[in-house]
Amino acid sequence: MGFDPSYANRAFKSVGTRPVRPDGVDKVTGRARYGADFNLAGQLVGRILRSPHAHARIVRIDTSKAAALPGVKAVITAADLPDYTHGDSDLFDILDNCMARTKVFYDGHAVAAVAAIDARTAAEALDLIVVEYEVLPHVTDVDAAMKPSAPLLHDTVFTGGVDPKPTTPSNVANRSQYGHGDVEAGFGAADIIIERSFKTEQTHQGYIEPHACVANINADGSGELWVCTQGHFVFRQQCATLLGMEVSKLRVTSSEIGGGFGGKTHIWAEPVALALSRKAGRPVKLVMSREEVFRASGPTSATSIDVKIGARKDGTITAASATLRYSCGPYNGPWAMLGAMTAFACYDLANVKSVGYEVLVNRPKTAAYRAPSAPMAAFAVESVIDELAHRIGMDPVAFRIRNAAREGTQSSYGPVYGPIGIGPTLEAARNHPHMKAPLGPNQGRGMACGFWFNFGGQTCTDLNIGVDGTVTLAVGTVDVGGSRASLSLVAAEELGIPYAQVNAVVADTATLGYNDMTDGSRGTFSSSMATISAARNAITIMRGRAAVMWSIPLEDVAWENGQAVAKGDKHGNLAPLTMKDIAGAAAKTGGPIAGHSELVADGAGVSFATHICDVEVDPETGATKVVRYTVVQDAGKAVHPTYVEGQYQGGAAQGIGWALNEEYVYGGDGRLQNAGFLDYRVPVCSDLPMIDTQILEIPNPNHPYGVRGVGETSIVPPLGAIANAVSNAVGVRMTHIPMSPPRILAALEATQPG
Amino acid sequence: MAKVTLWSGLSAAAGGNTTLEVTAKDIRELFRVLAEQYPGLAPFIAQGIAVSIDGVIYRDTWSKELPDNAEIFLLPRIAGG
Repeated sequence: MGFDPSYANRAFKSVGTRPVRPDGVDKVTGRARYGADFNLAGQLVGRILRSPHAHARIVRIDTSKAAALPGVKAVITAADLPDYTHGDSDLFDILDNCMARTKVFYDGHAVAAVAAIDARTAAEALDLIVVEYEVLPHVTDVDAAMKPSAPLLHDTVFTGGVDPKPTTPSNVANRSQYGHGDVEAGFGAADIIIERSFKTEQTHQGYIEPHACVANINADGSGELWVCTQGHFVFRQQCATLLGMEVSKLRVTSSEIGGGFGGKTHIWAEPVALALSRKAGRPVKLVMSREEVFRASGPTSATSIDVKIGARKDGTITAASATLRYSCGPYNGPWAMLGAMTAFACYDLANVKSVGYEVLVNRPKTAAYRAPSAPMAAFAVESVIDELAHRIGMDPVAFRIRNAAREGTQSSYGPVYGPIGIGPTLEAARNHPHMKAPLGPNQGRGMACGFWFNFGGQTCTDLNIGVDGTVTLAVGTVDVGGSRASLSLVAAEELGIPYAQVNAVVADTATLGYNDMTDGSRGTFSSSMATISAARNAITIMRGRAAVMWSIPLEDVAWENGQAVAKGDKHGNLAPLTMKDIAGAAAKTGGPIAGHSELVADGAGVSFATHICDVEVDPETGATKVVRYTVVQDAGKAVHPTYVEGQYQGGAAQGIGWALNEEYVYGGDGRLQNAGFLDYRVPVCSDLPMIDTQILEIPNPNHPYGVRGVGETSIVPPLGAIANAVSNAVGVRMTHIPMSPPRILAALEATQPG
Repeated sequence: MAKVTLWSGLSAAAGGNTTLEVTAKDIRELFRVLAEQYPGLAPFIAQGIAVSIDGVIYRDTWSKELPDNAEIFLLPRIAGG
């Protein structure tokens, strides 16, 4: 019989408690092994040569002097990474991004790499590589790139999603559209219409640990890769394909991860390290510098967004529309599409339309960043919603509650919602003491809502019962936020044993079935579902073993509180059998005891949040200080509340940095000007208040415990909440993120007469 | 009979139709029928499509049954962070 993931209301013993995470001690004592902490005998140092130009044709690469340098064991270019993508355009883009083939598309694009006996020799070798470029005109701004006169990145890109297909190439790779109803009729029924344009600048995920890996290709063509990643099974598949290897010949082990936030769902340097190792015949460690991380990995889109919303005086929204332009870097992506899908997802709208344009620019390839694309869309929509509420004369929370989506609402991206949490998060925000606290001089309060889909996917889990009755839980989703603790709680709950009796590990690709990435807020949702299934399978086996030990029928054995018990009184007064009893006899009752689970975790419940923010703006300098911040979010069921709160706080902290300071700054030459944490300023502890959290639990009907993903939604509302707070503090509507001091001063000065 | 709604990028490959009436017992049969009727959809199906059945989003799990008169939306596969 298949596994039934339906929610069943129950009382919990382990789930919902807050034990210390098993990886905590190693992490605070420096023993945990991150990507750069792996070493192999004879390992070489890998380094990558990167383009100084934003856009150029590669005329010639001469690596002969570098290859001849003593201590250099391999030099590679794109010629060492032949095209094995067989017409898969997405995979070809990944290949081209890892090592430029005919053109470089951004400052930092890889053009060659070396493996040498030490870092000094590798650096010297890079200097000896001669690359002749034909520099081409470039474009880095999303709006400028859409103009017909803009420099063209690819003459093979014709805008997709439009009919008929265009006859001329352009930097607009795709158009997508979502919505329903008749927006023109809806605007015609509105008493008040607000229409505004917004911009957000490109930001980086800012993970503290740079990309790092150790690659080793053996003489027989098999290989190993130790890497910091959010998904080692996907990395294995993509790297093996790009290297022309059989998937089973490449074993990938994920390290501990010092932050990923979507940026480590993409391969960047790993195929290069593998190709270097294959050529050198020795292991190669490749660690990106912080500058390389900024120049050549990870950023989210820069955007340009127009929003128009109309409402009646009674506070009912009659129509909403948006046009969203998202930069993708040099390759097509789904980024504007995701913005278009999520923009109005919080609201119950009869007439709604959103159009997204994927725009190619001479910047690094856009990567997922925590609820990718939703924060920018929410910033624009929530700003207009707030302004509309003020114009109507309604409280912004009451206005949102009046128009909030609910069970049965057709979402702006299509499907009809089941039970959802936007209404309850808004009610909780309205009743929160934060909303009633007095404000001081130069202070303003803002709030905003946010939505993210969440998803599940392919998941495989093994649950092994040791001879002493303790449990090893092997999962394939990388632990990015405490999931080993959460999944141990789930195993303990299902088996009826203490948390301390379970030890969870992340298995490598050779020892467990395939797992999708840890992304889409799926880690705990999916792997907990597989863990429950595996535990139930193990219980069935243990009941059978107890039946053998007692010589009674299986159906007379029940599982209660972590023990096998003989049902009723017909078998006399048999003492319950513990897991230790059953495991100790396993050799005589059928051999090792394990529960396995392979499933596709579907039905991830959508997630909503409402944030409240107080800021204080210095009118002399334009500097903004966040003085109070509250997150209210639906978790379905918080398996480990402390780590749920951590996700809420982390998303808010990243959103605060994005809203106020973080920004890729490009010079007129198309080169990144601030590729380091000194000039690209992420918030530090002294920049942040204590971020208060309130967990709501509206069970997901498609998970046995009601769990929803929690990792991403918390970054969606901050841009809008902070923009509303700053706008209320300074009396000027802020439309450009980040709201850095110069932008706030400029906005204030623009209001002065003369 | 199920009413299937396509996202805009997909409707261009289905002769401009945004909604289709399809008789299919599960996702596998739904995809087979759609690809037969509209060959332009085949590459999208091969690449991976998410299917919303009465508001619950599934990946392309072939064996998932489609209830009578179900509301079905075909959606692009979504990236996460």
